[in-house]
Amino acid sequence: MKIKVCATETENSLYKNSFYIEGGNFSDAGTVSTRIKSILKNIGLPNDIVRKSAIICYESEINIVSYARRGKINLTVTPKTVEIEVVDEGPGIPDIELAMQQGYSTANQQIREMGFGAGMGLHNIKSYSDIFNISSEVAKGTFLKMIINTQ
Amino acid sequence: MDIETIVKKLNLKVRSASDRLKNNVTGGYTGDLLSDVMANSHEGDIWITRQVHQNIVAIATLKEHAGIILVNSCEPATDTLEKAVKENVPIMVSNLPAFELTGKIYNLLAEKK
Repeated sequence: MKIKVCATETENSLYKNSFYIEGGNFSDAGTVSTRIKSILKNIGLPNDIVRKSAIICYESEINIVSYARRGKINLTVTPKTVEIEVVDEGPGIPDIELAMQQGYSTANQQIREMGFGAGMGLHNIKSYSDIFNISSEVAKGTFLKMIINTQ
Repeated sequence: MDIETIVKKLNLKVRSASDRLKNNVTGGYTGDLLSDVMANSHEGDIWITRQVHQNIVAIATLKEHAGIILVNSCEPATDTLEKAVKENVPIMVSNLPAFELTGKIYNLLAEKK
């Protein structure tokens, strides 16, 4: 594996950075995910790891744009994992079990017309992660942590 | 098979990235639900859709699709076109509905194999 040393390298991470996303801004949706994909490719991670990470980041980004006021993705690459944390300030999820069900969505008509809000986002995020954690507080926001093993 | 061959055989109109028509098409995916396309399409696919808004360019870029074909003579929105030019994503327009277009492209790709 080709490893490029990054400016933000710390003792346990090869790369660490935060990416900020504005809620409601559909015109920039996907920009952060595209950037993260490019970073992971440049680090030299295998294609399937880059692909899984890109899907997780894109679905998370779309969730922030669709439902939250703002949010961020914290990306940490270690020698053995890609860790993706998603933190948003938004309405939160009252029933996480229900929200995790494929096909369930609270998206409005405008979001659905664009082809989002099919109730697949969280399901996709979980299915592409090796470890998936979600917690949420109504009227405050939602926190996701995903880990993808690279070895 | 490259995009140019598909463009010529199916009389598609090219709306962006005409210098990328040598992109190799290895498969295809038809869909309007973006999470479905995100999860199930593959690199090198030609993506057939009715969606015309700019988020299709982000999906095609992230998934490294060979290009996008809009069905039923639907034209890309202005900001979609601007983004496609910037990201070098070929967008084509077909006058066929998704079912017919998918069938024709499927057969073209199958003949080639």
